[in-house]
Order: sequence, then structure tokens, then C-alpha cells
Amino acid sequence: MFKLLRKWQEEENTGMENYRAVLGGALGSAILEDGSPLTLHYVMFIPTLMGQGTVEQQAYWIGRAFNVDIIGTYAQTELGHGTFVRGLETTATYDPKTKEFVLHSPSLTAYKWWPGGLAHTANYCIVMAQLYTAGKCHGIHAFIVQLRDEETHMPLPGIKVGEIGAKLGMNGTNNGFLGLEHVRIPREHMLMKNAKVLEDGTYVNSPSSKLTYGTMMFVRVVLVNDMCNYMAKAVTTATRYSAVRHQSQPKPDEPEPQILDYVTQQHKLFVGIASVHAFKLSANWLWNMYNNVTAELESGDMERLPELHALSCCLKAVSTADAAQCVERCRLACGGHGYMLSSNLPTSYGLVTAACTYEGENTVLLLQTARYLVKAWQQAAGASQLTPTVAYIRRVTSGRRAPPFDSSLAGLIDAFHTVAAGKIGLCVANIEKRQKEGLSYEDAWNMTSVQLTQASEAHCRAILLLTYHEQTEMQCKNASPELREVLSQLVDLYVVYWTLQCVGDLLRFTSISERDIERLQRWYEDLLSQLRPNAVGLVDAFDIRDEILHSALGAYDGRVYERLMEEALKSPLNAEPVNRSFHQYLKPLMQGKL
Amino acid sequence: MELSMSANEDLAKERARCDFNVSEITNILDGGIERTKQRKKIESIALSNGKCRDVTPEETLGPKERYENAIRKSCLYTKIVKDQVLTLTGLEVLGSNSSVLRRTADAFFKDISPFLLHLGMFVPTIMGQGTPEQQSYWLPRALDFQIIGTYAQTELGHGTFIRGLETTATYDPDTEEFVIHNPRLTSYKWWAGGLGKTSNYCIVVAQLYTQGKCYGIHPFIVQIRDEDTHVPLPGVRVGEIGPRMGFNTADNGFLGFDHYRIPRNHMLMKNSQVLKDGTYVKVASHSKLTYGTMVFVRVMLVNEVAFNLAKAATIAVRYSAVRRQSEKISGEPEPQILDYVTQQHKLFVCIATAHALQLSSNWLWKTFSAVLADMRGGNTENLPELHALSSCLKALSTSDSAALIEQCRLACGGHGYMLSSNLPLLYSFVTATRTYEGDYTVLLLQTARFLIKAWEQAESGKPVTPTVSYMEEAVVGNKYKWNGSAEGIIKAAYYVAAGKISSSVASIRKRMKNGKAFEDAWELTGVQLVAAAETHCRAVICDVYRKETVRLTANSSPNVKTVMDQLNMLYLSHWALERTGDLLRYTSTTEDDIISCQQRYEELLAAIRPNAVGLVDAFDFPDEILQSTLGAYDGRVYERLMEEALKSPLNAEPVNRSFHQYLKPLMQGKL
Repeated sequence: MFKLLRKWQEEENTGMENYRAVLGGALGSAILEDGSPLTLHYVMFIPTLMGQGTVEQQAYWIGRAFNVDIIGTYAQTELGHGTFVRGLETTATYDPKTKEFVLHSPSLTAYKWWPGGLAHTANYCIVMAQLYTAGKCHGIHAFIVQLRDEETHMPLPGIKVGEIGAKLGMNGTNNGFLGLEHVRIPREHMLMKNAKVLEDGTYVNSPSSKLTYGTMMFVRVVLVNDMCNYMAKAVTTATRYSAVRHQSQPKPDEPEPQILDYVTQQHKLFVGIASVHAFKLSANWLWNMYNNVTAELESGDMERLPELHALSCCLKAVSTADAAQCVERCRLACGGHGYMLSSNLPTSYGLVTAACTYEGENTVLLLQTARYLVKAWQQAAGASQLTPTVAYIRRVTSGRRAPPFDSSLAGLIDAFHTVAAGKIGLCVANIEKRQKEGLSYEDAWNMTSVQLTQASEAHCRAILLLTYHEQTEMQCKNASPELREVLSQLVDLYVVYWTLQCVGDLLRFTSISERDIERLQRWYEDLLSQLRPNAVGLVDAFDIRDEILHSALGAYDGRVYERLMEEALKSPLNAEPVNRSFHQYLKPLMQGKL
Repeated sequence: MELSMSANEDLAKERARCDFNVSEITNILDGGIERTKQRKKIESIALSNGKCRDVTPEETLGPKERYENAIRKSCLYTKIVKDQVLTLTGLEVLGSNSSVLRRTADAFFKDISPFLLHLGMFVPTIMGQGTPEQQSYWLPRALDFQIIGTYAQTELGHGTFIRGLETTATYDPDTEEFVIHNPRLTSYKWWAGGLGKTSNYCIVVAQLYTQGKCYGIHPFIVQIRDEDTHVPLPGVRVGEIGPRMGFNTADNGFLGFDHYRIPRNHMLMKNSQVLKDGTYVKVASHSKLTYGTMVFVRVMLVNEVAFNLAKAATIAVRYSAVRRQSEKISGEPEPQILDYVTQQHKLFVCIATAHALQLSSNWLWKTFSAVLADMRGGNTENLPELHALSSCLKALSTSDSAALIEQCRLACGGHGYMLSSNLPLLYSFVTATRTYEGDYTVLLLQTARFLIKAWEQAESGKPVTPTVSYMEEAVVGNKYKWNGSAEGIIKAAYYVAAGKISSSVASIRKRMKNGKAFEDAWELTGVQLVAAAETHCRAVICDVYRKETVRLTANSSPNVKTVMDQLNMLYLSHWALERTGDLLRYTSTTEDDIISCQQRYEELLAAIRPNAVGLVDAFDFPDEILQSTLGAYDGRVYERLMEEALKSPLNAEPVNRSFHQYLKPLMQGKL
């Protein structure tokens, strides 16, 4: 596969976007069902070189890396340290006599742990370490470390490298550990675009520490897109299977209906189809905003960076959590057969749920967004200008009374903004109250943190609904009437679904009435019926080839039972009628001779 | 690499600050001090010889080797139980000790034993559905493991809807035999544990045909492999179904018959018989009696998922006491992650839920025993209520436990993703229980049917059974005024259930008024009905958990009373806050009530924090049963993670052969 990629690269020279499209997209998963050991080479090693290397460093390394002359990975997380990057223990101490850095892991908890491809695949690695020079610690910086001999692939002296053992999923990714014992690297192997260590050991600070956010945000945007691919696969599998599977007899003497005809089944699946659209459109929208903001970054304008950062945090958290839930719901909707690995649903779940904790643990990310929201609330209470995605906060701080409830689509989306603002307001009030009672700000924050994560999620939901709605409207401008209808049914379904999920919040913060809720419930059930005839068409539109779907239950032709049996017969246990353990253990046991 | 052997200091400090007597709570959960002693004795016999340990982690073996290892250990464990444990407890009390045995077995099997259904389904079905003669013929052989059996009901194309099964058993009076046959692929038996390579006998559930008429499904004992050579008999097609999310050592199998003949007396005939001439005779009201086994299995399941949730909570709480992260206050050392309120929010409800489900399972067992006694006296009046109760309890307990185990795993960050944490395997095991033995949604709809009937009775002023007696008050239409006490929250939960049932009834009636048939109106209201059954069950669990806590701690020391009460209140406030929408809709709860409930909840988290490690220690899991690098008693988390990593076969050599085969050619552009 990577050979193929290299060929394309030589022919078209299209840059990063091409790699992202192939690796992050569905095609990669056709060949690499459970993750690839080379993924981090493309999504972390090369982007870090691009983002943090000087022009000279890029010229030296990137060509070799693109060509796969060397294979790299990215090692940040340690056995004892993850989310809190400042707590990393690995040190890189500058020695001006030899003009080298000495990299060292002072303890077991300092061992690098997790990077994909690290165990047996990569021969180079970007290592994040605490930089010490002239007797002072300057925080974490990136260093290129050679791990293995380019010719023999043997680990170099002082490099303790190995595989971390079996995991829930991703067992093809060759995740590794790495310990460094006073390993010396040349001074130029520190990535110096943002900060430098001069030959004499003088540290020159970066123009802005905010610049290192770049890679992190890039990865998060890619992640949201990946989540859409997994959801699309899961919901395709489950919807096709539900059209093939027949069960029960709601009316005596009638044949067993397709399980897709059950409203409870539609309830589990259709919102999944809508979620794919919602997150895909939001990811693209975020991607555009990211590009705009990074263009501003180059010209030194950083005004919207905190807003974008807050947005990418909560979108990553909500999209990964929703995707994991969606995939698992699809699996459960396939009953026992969803439990078979040949359905591919468990493997997909393994890959998606991992994203809930990597690249920023979800609770931590929601709290980062919350910090931004609380600040925005305080700005709104003052007179400062609010950035676009939090401008809605002002209508609550201005203390206007809730208007009569508007249960149109736009009204519902608006209500979610009111809920978000209400929740942020409550959090601020709680923190202030606890401070008044004598707690420090940090303790008051911690005591309120459960509510803060909920406020953050509410903020994200409001933005998701709004973006999904707006982007669909834009997309549908030139669509055929039939297409426009089904796409807007999906938007309606998504918005009404979440309204019913969050009905407690709406009752608390808006003027929604019991009658409104009953009407919404009815609307929701009607939408399920309207979408039912188009369900298979909607998942066919995701256009996922069987080779990519990898699923006995989801294949385009619906030969569900035949494929399940075909896969079963491949089990090595079926190669012989009697397993040797019968003679060794079972028979002696049964004859009382064990 | 030198790995430290000393225990973690943070855990030692946690244990020192715990303010209650840990073994007191252990005794409460075990059901008395005598039962704790008995359990410990069994655990020490089974575990002290070290036979439960694996040299190589099971998950690094191939499918065939894993199966062989599981058979090896099943035989070892069976022998220990037969030779040493049964002499201790006697066969007659095996039933009451079965959960202890199941618990001990977890030290031998990280995954599932291929023998599970032999004692779990094969033997109980013969006991429940065989005639005395059949029992005396089969049971001694089965209990002595002279034969190994399993239970095959589900088919490739048919699960929940049992009447739709396709396997046929046609009686041939000429030879006095049944002919078992699978007409097509979808009728193949699929899923039964131990069926693939292990069992030589099997109970097969099939549509009975005699004298040209179908009498519905009945159980048959079928020999599938030669007792001596173990080769499948002619006409039997049997094999393993391939890799699964979990249960990968359970030897789940498929089974198909090609006009396969068995003697007439291999039909289990306690409830109905086929005479020599082919006449069908119904002995007992079949449908009601078979409820018995089903309810029994569900009670055991509730108990089992509670047990696994307790394991997950133990692992995650201990790990959270060892793991330090971030800077709450600038310049101070990184705090234990257990000090973060968001972490407490994820974990403490797991401890409380493990208690709630364990106590509910015990209570359901008592209720079940009473109903069973009534039934023997000919009274089947309480059976529908018991059935409705066991259905929703099974649905809710399995889905709550699965969700909370996953929450524990995620709360351990990346390390929870390592199989050596044991959390992924616990999840894969418990999530399977959501769909087997009655799918979640289908079971809640069954409970909903009972609830709708009860509601109609209450409306017409007729008396209703105890677990739905709240309807009599609610049917009048009053709105309950919130009060934040435990009893107040429980009462509110009942009002919410009543409100949801009433809304569902209204929806169905409205749809029927608009011309829909009852079945269609019911079907269209399915989403609401599932939600109504769920809230009913939640109210029952809250109620039972409260009452049992009060009852069981009546004579406890004050600090045990306090901490058990805190856990119970935590559970109640947690669910109130999860369901604010329902409370606002169906009771007169106000915004201020919610805010004060939220504050109460946060105070409870803080109050429980110092006792958290003590509370999970009280579950009293030996490390052998917990099987977790993150959760071991001594807290050597990082050392154990590294020890396990080093066992990976990939680490046996510095350079893997794929470098020379693929990587090097790729890097040199020669691939």
C-alpha cells in the first residue's frame, strides 16, 4: 500500500492532503483492517517535521521521510504521563563541549509508551523531552532520535525499545515503548523552528508558544473526519443487515417482518445516518475555519486562535464519544451476529473508542473548552466583543426573559444555544458561590467540574446543530427536490432527536411545554416512518466498497448467512474434526483418569 | 531493567485513612460472615496451588492454542472442584455456592470456559424438563463429566423469536425414532458455547412434528460425537463459528443435522410426551413451567454482571489512587486523579451500582423462590409479575453494567485500553449479555406489555400487584411534590414511571382512534414503551436498593451505616440528575430542587472520596480473580504493565523478520 502511495506522490506531487485523504479515509482500512504501523509516520512524524523544523531541517529530513527512506514515529506520552504534557520526565540535556543533546529516561514512569510503529517498525522517532541547557529547564521540545541501524535494523546502544502487549484494538499498529539511556544526538536534531539552542548553549525563546498548537489541531480535525468514516461503515452494515434479517410476528399469521420495520430499530439506526452527515459537514466547516486561521497565523494575527482551540477540543470530545456510541449501538442492533468479528463492528468499535482517550482525553478537553466559555461569559458580562461562535452568550447575560417557545427547526436550534448559555451561567454562579464560601478558585473549579463538562457539551451540541442545518441548506441549493427532501428530513431527525434527549435541559432553560414535547415526540416518530423507505438508499450513498466495509453482515449483496458460514469455516479449529486436547485432557477427564 | 517490588505508597495511605471496617461491608455483600468464610475457603483451595496462572498471556496465542489452553484449564479446574470443593460443600448446596464457584473460575479463565453451558444449561434443562427416569439416566453421567453437553436453541437466522425456529424433529412410529433435520442454512444452530469442538451431547430445541402436525418447539437430547473417538457422528455437521469480540475460548459452535435419527425417549418428556404410536400428550402447562429456568438464568445474570462491574470499579478506583496527573494548583505536585471531581463522578456511581444490582439480584432470588413455592402449590398468579420484573431487571442491569464498565475503562485513559488491565475483556463479556438470553429492547417491550395491562386495571379501579401498586395513586393524576429525601426521590421515580406509562397509553389510544390496529399503534409507540419500562425498572431498583441497604445495615457499626447510606443517596441523586427532564415533566420538581440536588450530589462525592479505596477493597477480590495490571492490591501499576509487555512474543527478538522481507525493500525502493 505504501509503495502505491509513493508512486502517486512521485507522479502528482500533491502534498499532505493526498496522504490524509488516503490514510485517514476509508481506503486505508481496506488493507489495514486493524490499524497500520506506518500511520504515525504520515500523520505525526512528517507533519511535526513540517510544523516545527527549520527550513534547513525540512530540506534534510522531509525528502527522506516522504520517500520512506526512513520510517519515523512520534513519542510524547510516557508510561506515567499523558494528558498533562508539562509533566513529562524524559530529559534532553545540552552538552556544549560536544555540541550534543543527551536524552535520558530517569525512571520507569518516564518510558515512552504507546506510539504506533515504535516497537519494531520505525528507525527514527521524534521524542518530546524536557530541555535543559546552561543548568536551566526550558520545558518540552521536540528532538529527532535515531532508534535503529538503517542497515541491520538493530536498536542502537542505549535504546530500549519493544512492544507494549495486547490491546482492545489496533493490534496491527505495533505500539511500542522506548527508554533512553544517556543517548547522544547532534545539536541540529532538535527541531528549531520555534525555539533554538545555540552552539554555546544559549536558549533562544520562540516567538509564541501558541504556535505548537498547530499539529495538535491538525490531528483533531483529521480525527473528526475519521469518526465519520467509522460511523458510516457501522450504520451501513447495521442498516443492510436489518433489511435482510426477519424476526417475530407482531400480527398472528403474517410472515416475520424485516427488523428494519420496527420503530425501535429505526430509532437506533437512523440517527446514526444523520450523525455521519452532521459531523462530516461540521468537520469540513472546522477545516475551512482552521485554514483561515492558520493563514492569519502566518501573518501573525492570533485573535481567533483560542476560539478555534476551544472549538476543536469540544468537537473532538463530542464526535469521538458520539461515534463510539453510534458504532456500539449499531453493533447491538445486529444482536448476537454483531458480536462476531466477521461483522467488523467490534473492530470498528475498538478503533473508535480508542479515540476517546488519545489525542486529548475527552473530559480534559471538555474542561479546556469550559475554560474558554467561562472567560467568554465574563467578557459578555463586561462590554468586550465576543467571538462569533460564543456570541449567543450575550442574550442570556443581558437577562432578557425567555420568549415563548418556538418549536420550528430554527427555534429548536436556538433553544440549544439558550441551554448552553444557561449552563455556562450556572457554572459561573456556582464557582463564584464556592469562592465566596472560602474555596480557592482552583478548588471551586474542581468542585464544579462535572457541570462544566456538561456546559461544554451543550455548547458543542448547539454549534453542531446549527452548522449541520446551515451547511445542508447551502448544499441543497441545487439539489433535486427529492434529494433536498430526504436530506432535510435527516436534519430534522437529528435536531428533534437531540431535543428529546435533552428535554430536561430545555425544560430548565427555555419555555418549552409538555404539549411541545408530545408534539416533538410525534414529529420524531413520523420522521422515522418517512425515512424508512429510503434507509438502504441512504447508506448505499456512503458508497463504501465491500473490501473497505469488511463485513459479513453489511456486504452490498446481503448474503449475510452465507458469508457468516464462509467466515466460520475459515477458523483453524475447523481444519480438523477432533482437536488434540480431546485426547490430552477431555478423554482422561471423562474417564476419571485425569 | 530493574522493576521495583515495593507496594505503592499512595494506596497504603488511602487504606490508612479509610474510616470504616472493610470486612463488615464484605460480609454484607457476601450475605453474612459465614458465607464470607466459606467463600474464602473455596478460593484458597482453588487458587493457592497456582494452577490458575498462565505463563504466556492468553491473548498472544493463536485461536487454536487458546482453545487448547482453555480445555486444559477447564479440566484442571473441574478436577479441583470435583475432588476438593464438592467434598467441602456437598453437591446438594452446589446451587447456593454456584456464584462462588463462578467467581473462583474467573481466576482460571480470563475469558470463558468451554464447559460453561454444561453446568449452566445442559444439566439444569435435564433437571427441569426430564422425567424422573430420564433424570436418573442422564444426570449422574453429566455431573460426573462422563459426558459433556451444551444447549442449542438459537439458529443462524432466528434468535429472540423462538417460535420461528426452523430445525425439525419428526416422529417416525415405524422405528420409534425422531428424525432431526435442518432444512436450510438459516436453520443451523449457531452460538451455543462448547458446541464447536468440546461437547459430545447436546440439547437441541426443535419444532416437533408427529402424525402430520406441528406441536411447536421441544427439547431433545442428541448425541453428536462418538464417546470414544470424539469424531462427529454421521449426519451431524458441527464446527466452531469463528472469532468473536469476546468469549474466544468459549468454543461457540454451529450444528446442522441431515435426517439424523434419535430414540423416542431422547425427547425430554416431563411437560409433554410423544407416545410410541405418535400420539402427542401434554402433561403440564408447558409455557408457565419453562418460565422457571428462564427466570433462574436471569437472576444469575444480574448477579454476574454486578460481580463484573465490581471488578471494573476496583481496578479503576485503585488505579486512580496511584495515577497522578496535571497541576490543580500551580507549583504543587500532580494530584492523584481520584481527587478530580470529574473522576469521582465517573467511578463512585459504579461502586454504588454494583451494590444496587447485587442486592437487587438477591432480592429477586428471594421473590423467585417464593413464587416457585406458590407454583408448586398450584398458584401461578404472581408469575406474570415475576416475569415482567426479571425481564426488565435483566435488561437494565446488563446495559448499566456494560456502560459503567466501559466508563471505568475510559477513566483509566490509554492504559485501560491495554488488555492487561482486564477492562476490555470485562466489557466484551458483559456487553454480550445485553443481547443474549433476551435482547434488551425486546425484554423491555415485554415488561411494557405487563405495565400497560396493569395501568388499565388501575384505571378501572381493579387491584394491581405489589411492584406496580404505585399506579393506584398515580392514576388519579396528581403531581408529586419533590422532596430531596431518599424516600422522596424513590417516590418521584415511581411517579415518573407512571407518567411515562400513562403517556404511552395515551399515544396508543390516539393512534387507534386514528384508525390504526392495536398492533400497529403499539409498534409505532415502541420507543416510548421501551423508555417507560426502563423508568419503571429504575424506580424498582432504587426502591429495593434503599430498603435492602437499611435492612442490611440495621446492626452495622455507625461508620459502615454512614458510608452505605452515602452510596445509596449517591445512586438516587445520580439518577434524579440524569432524568431531570422526566422529573420536570411528571412531578412538580422545580429548578431550585434540581440545583440543590446537584449540590448534594457533589457533596456526596467529596464525602465518599476518603473511603473510596476501602469501598472497593470490600469487594474482596484476590488478585488472581481480578487479573489486572492496573487493579492489583499492591498498586504496582507501571511495573506490572512493563512485566506484561515484556511477555509479548514480539519482544523475544530485537528485529522481526518482516524487516528483511518487506520494510527494507520498501525503504530501498526495491519492493
